[in-house]
Amino acid sequence: MSPDQQAPKIDVPYLAQLARISLNAEQVKTFGAQLQQIVSYVEKLKEVNVEGIEPTAHATPITNVFRPDEPRTPDDPAPFLKNAPQQANYLFVVPKIVE
Amino acid sequence: MDYEICIGLETHVQVKTRTKVFCACPTEFGAEPNSNVCPVCLGYPGSLPVINEEAIRKTVLAGMLVGAKIARYSKFDRKNYFYPDMPKNYQISQYDLPLVIGGTVEYDFGVVDKKRLGETKVCHLTRIHLEEDVGKNFHFERTSGVDFNRAGTPLMEIVSEPDLSSSDEAFAYLTALKEILIYGGISDCDMEKGQVRCDVNISVRPKGQKELGQKVEIKNMNTFSGVRHAIDYESQRQIETLRRGGKLVQETRRWDDVAGVTESMRTKEHAHDYRYFPEPDLLPMSLSDEWLAEVRKLVPELPSAKRKRMVERYGIPLYDAGVLSADAALADYFEAAAQASKNAKSVANWVCNDLLRDLAEAKLAIGESPVKPPHIAELVELVDSGKISSKIAKDVFVEMFKTGKEPAAIVAEKGWVQVSDTGAIVKFCDEVITANPKIVADFKAGKEVALNALTGQVMKLSKGKANPQAVRDALRGKLTG
Ligand SMILES: [Zn+2]
Repeated sequence: MSPDQQAPKIDVPYLAQLARISLNAEQVKTFGAQLQQIVSYVEKLKEVNVEGIEPTAHATPITNVFRPDEPRTPDDPAPFLKNAPQQANYLFVVPKIVE
Repeated sequence: MDYEICIGLETHVQVKTRTKVFCACPTEFGAEPNSNVCPVCLGYPGSLPVINEEAIRKTVLAGMLVGAKIARYSKFDRKNYFYPDMPKNYQISQYDLPLVIGGTVEYDFGVVDKKRLGETKVCHLTRIHLEEDVGKNFHFERTSGVDFNRAGTPLMEIVSEPDLSSSDEAFAYLTALKEILIYGGISDCDMEKGQVRCDVNISVRPKGQKELGQKVEIKNMNTFSGVRHAIDYESQRQIETLRRGGKLVQETRRWDDVAGVTESMRTKEHAHDYRYFPEPDLLPMSLSDEWLAEVRKLVPELPSAKRKRMVERYGIPLYDAGVLSADAALADYFEAAAQASKNAKSVANWVCNDLLRDLAEAKLAIGESPVKPPHIAELVELVDSGKISSKIAKDVFVEMFKTGKEPAAIVAEKGWVQVSDTGAIVKFCDEVITANPKIVADFKAGKEVALNALTGQVMKLSKGKANPQAVRDALRGKLTG
């Protein structure tokens, strides 16, 4: 199967925008080709006959993995805050949010 | 041309659990910023979420309370978007297999106009799903700060069909929904803590047209009165735009409570491409008959059903039943008192007027009332049997509330027993007749109202303890005999 003909067309600039990364024309070309290859490979699944097989949301045949509603003692938040590029007054400081 | 308004609401309600939905961090309100966080709710790579069973149970219970279909197979999905209050860059939500499908909420117009009490309508629900809340932002001069304590708190999203056609209907629907959720112990619905938030979908169409008009969404309203005002403003704006020959665009608007207007939010292009996919870190849910049966045991009688039953069983007015059923604990209190009494109507009066007034003044919840249900029943019995006058009963109630003592004990202690003893009453009557020759003459001349004045005088002499009917009878006997 030729990947270029079978796989869905990937709009790389749009994808980059959704992922909040900026790509130059060169990168669009490189990553576009690579992504196309990956998706084409996954497309092979379409060749499998799934007639009569129930669709599932998960590959593991297990359901209902629950946790009781018991609070644990919270960790010391200091290390979490320390991991942030910037912090002040126990808050994670981020670039100004505009709606 | 006449237009009609179509409103659908997406109501986000904080589910009452002790811990977050996918980690064991406590959900307490008002903690130091970022003190209830862990690798899971901060979105650390490699951390794994685990579903809080109580959050599932309460969402399913909500579904049962609105008569919805409970999904036998359900799953969580990732909703992808970038925003600083969402540390993982995706929110765990439910897309195509929500826990609850359909359902209805019956609402009463009595909450918008007392005269319309008992006039009800039904709003259909599309679905209820469970998701995680995001963090809270604080805005500073040049930066913003994020507190993730709220991130991961279970949120139920209740989506209604566009069945509502006015701001009054939306308000009555939200009020009924809130009442149901509080009743079921599903959420405290504390507006001040931001536990109920609403997105409003609103469109207008020429009357009689089948298809819905262009939909506009108003985001993130956190008061019911805000929802009401925003709908009034936005529906008017849409109708006027169409009347002027203008065109409406699908957009998201924000309600500015101070200016009293909705304004367009410059939402970025592609903002709605959430690229949902099944959450690979969580296993699906398949709820068994046994599990569902256990949840069904938690279903309480709903306020609207309770109101109807109270009116039928106790013969109390619908208005009183509405007041009493607004709070499950208050309804239980009333029923305990009413069942101990022969006069439930009078019990309802005492509870709705005197008790609720004094509790509000003392800032006490019904569970903390110094006056217990049997005491109300006893007080009513003291009045009905003629032992005390209804006027004295008011004073007795004040003492009951102050001291928590039984009414009979107070009456005995204060010597407030109503005097029905003819001898004592006759003595008071003689005094009053002698002292008021003019009024006596008026009565004898046929002025019936003069008897009221004389009765009042006797009551005064007896310090309110005389039985007014006995006084009237005695006076009439003396003056006409
Ligand atoms: Zn956590």
